[in-house]
Amino acid sequence: MRRTLIATALLIAAGQSLAATAFVSNEKDNTLSLIDMDSLQVTQTLPVGMRPRGLLLSHDNTLLYICASDSDRVQVMDVATHTIIKELPSGKDPEQFALHPNNRWLYVSNEDDSLVTVIDTETSKVLAQVDVGVEPEGMAVSPDGKWAVNTSETTNMLHWIDTSTQTLADNTLVDQRPRFVEFNKDGSQLWSSAEIGGTVSVIDVASRKILKTLKFEIKGVHPDKVQPVGIKISDDGKYAFVALGPANHVAVVDAKTLDVVDYLLVGRRVWQLSFTPDQKQLLATNGVSGDVSVIDVASLKVLKSVKVGRYPWGVVVAP
Amino acid sequence: MRQLVFHPLRCLALVAWSLLATAAEDPVQVRIGYLAYIPDTGPILSNVIPEPKDAGLRGAELAIVDSNSTGRFLNHHYSLTSASADSPQALLEHASEQHQQGLRLFVVNAPVETLRQLSAAMPDSLLFNAGSPDDSLRSTACLHNVLHTLPSRAMLADALAQFLTVRRWTRWLLIVGQPPDDTAYANALRRAAKRFGHTIVAEKTFTFDNDQRRSAQADMPLFTQNAEYDVVLVADERGDFGEYVPYQTWYPRPVAGTQGLTPTGWHKTVETYGAAQLQKRFEAAAGRWMNDRDFAAWMAVRSIASAVTRLRGTDAMQIRQLELGDNLPLDGFKGSKLSYRSWNGQLRQPIPVVQPRALVTTSPQDGFLHPGTELDSLGYDKPEVTCTF
Repeated sequence: MRRTLIATALLIAAGQSLAATAFVSNEKDNTLSLIDMDSLQVTQTLPVGMRPRGLLLSHDNTLLYICASDSDRVQVMDVATHTIIKELPSGKDPEQFALHPNNRWLYVSNEDDSLVTVIDTETSKVLAQVDVGVEPEGMAVSPDGKWAVNTSETTNMLHWIDTSTQTLADNTLVDQRPRFVEFNKDGSQLWSSAEIGGTVSVIDVASRKILKTLKFEIKGVHPDKVQPVGIKISDDGKYAFVALGPANHVAVVDAKTLDVVDYLLVGRRVWQLSFTPDQKQLLATNGVSGDVSVIDVASLKVLKSVKVGRYPWGVVVAP
Repeated sequence: MRQLVFHPLRCLALVAWSLLATAAEDPVQVRIGYLAYIPDTGPILSNVIPEPKDAGLRGAELAIVDSNSTGRFLNHHYSLTSASADSPQALLEHASEQHQQGLRLFVVNAPVETLRQLSAAMPDSLLFNAGSPDDSLRSTACLHNVLHTLPSRAMLADALAQFLTVRRWTRWLLIVGQPPDDTAYANALRRAAKRFGHTIVAEKTFTFDNDQRRSAQADMPLFTQNAEYDVVLVADERGDFGEYVPYQTWYPRPVAGTQGLTPTGWHKTVETYGAAQLQKRFEAAAGRWMNDRDFAAWMAVRSIASAVTRLRGTDAMQIRQLELGDNLPLDGFKGSKLSYRSWNGQLRQPIPVVQPRALVTTSPQDGFLHPGTELDSLGYDKPEVTCTF
């Protein structure tokens, strides 16, 4: 009852069209779970390629890109009809990717081949392949479109790709097993999580040097379990949220002071995060417990866990 | 098609790299020796699926490739000089040659006696033990210049015993083979039984003095006919008779130890925490599954590389010091950061407990607490170690 009220209140506040939909990739089920964000119920489960992991939406929210890692391709789903309309030649084992602001260039990390593949999503042609370190994983493109940044998990580096030439321009050594990168909204900072290092490095984009390395300490949780993965920074620059993996918590960081202000208990092995379009809620995929936690951003409270498929990995929310 | 079209771009990227690398740092050559002597353990009864002969080496080779990926950007160059011998004496000679060539970092895949000799022969070098699970090396007779990436027998036995505690399979029938290695494994099981509150209801040595005309099906039920037990523990490291124990026990009980449900440093079925990528890389390079020896050798080279990246140098004693500090988290794809125990040089690590085609559990089990790290609930802890490391 209370939940319905909250959901309704949020909906009115947002003044949006009905029901945003969350898409969750289930790594071990080869499916997507669709969650209706009004009712917080799974409404559909759609079969997709093998071992789906990274998900992203086109900038106009009409297309959903899916990394089907073991099918060695990126699938493109029409968000309105839920049908796969094409498949892109992603290179082998695509895991994470990022879309250039031009809405065309897709930067895909090929985990098994130590490559970043750049695909033109309109022509489905490969524009370039860039050699990077071993086990490329995280991908992000800067808001101005100048940089595509890849993390390589075994090489422990951030690789800066100049998008005007599609070549490697610089590397930044970070802590062990960098897993995910995220630019802040104005593109001045890049945040990078290190799963084994247990840290998040905040990097000044202009100099490509580390500004601050964040550490996390949760009462009652052994430091070894703190393994940062997904990061989301709110558009208003207030908070950054960091999924801490088997620590089963999401850290809340004051994005201005770079201090950790809170830890929210979620499900087991929390992986990736996504805001709702109005940024009032944050979803977190919990790989081991097979559910998605719904976090209220204003109150920093976990509202609900929604059961999805096996090993949920990626999540995005379409308006 | 894709390759044809895009190779020029990739080449460009490579050029850009080398430029970056030269601009970045002074070059560092990291030369690592791999020394293997694997004695013939004699004929075995269950010889259907042979063990790979290059176990260990292929792990070290892959780690060199992995390490050069960071090295390229930092201008650090890793290389492996490998030697395999069919006697301890020949291995010592190979080691001496490599030492004369200036190598001071070694990965050793050899039995405990040979490891001791190598350690004594090269006191100015750092050796990584990727071949001997011997417990004395970790408790009563440590070697100052040796770190251990292979789990000790005590760690394996503790990992298994914790799981058996969780399942409440506390009454054990222990079957031990005749070779000294089996006795050592059984000793580790006895120690684990005591630590975690299990009872060994009976202990039997498998001697093959049964009627050889009888099959395992006829013989094993009688051999395991005893006071009641919850689980049969087998100590048969070379895999002589142990494969014939499961499903042939007098009582319908699970079998664990060196066969059946097995604790190990690494297994094909380990796939979470990025392990799937390591498995794929290894299988592409070696054409077979990665085993515990491969992982131990891989981990040894990766430990060296992590330290070299930090130190920007290759001094063996500086590397030893850094490895033993608590400031070098190592990535071993096992779900937590790994590090070396300062009291005996053992790599602390989670232990997968597997059956042949599935991961059953990973120890330490929840609830086995430790004031430092729960990983130290496996194997010899600081107060139990009598040697000065």
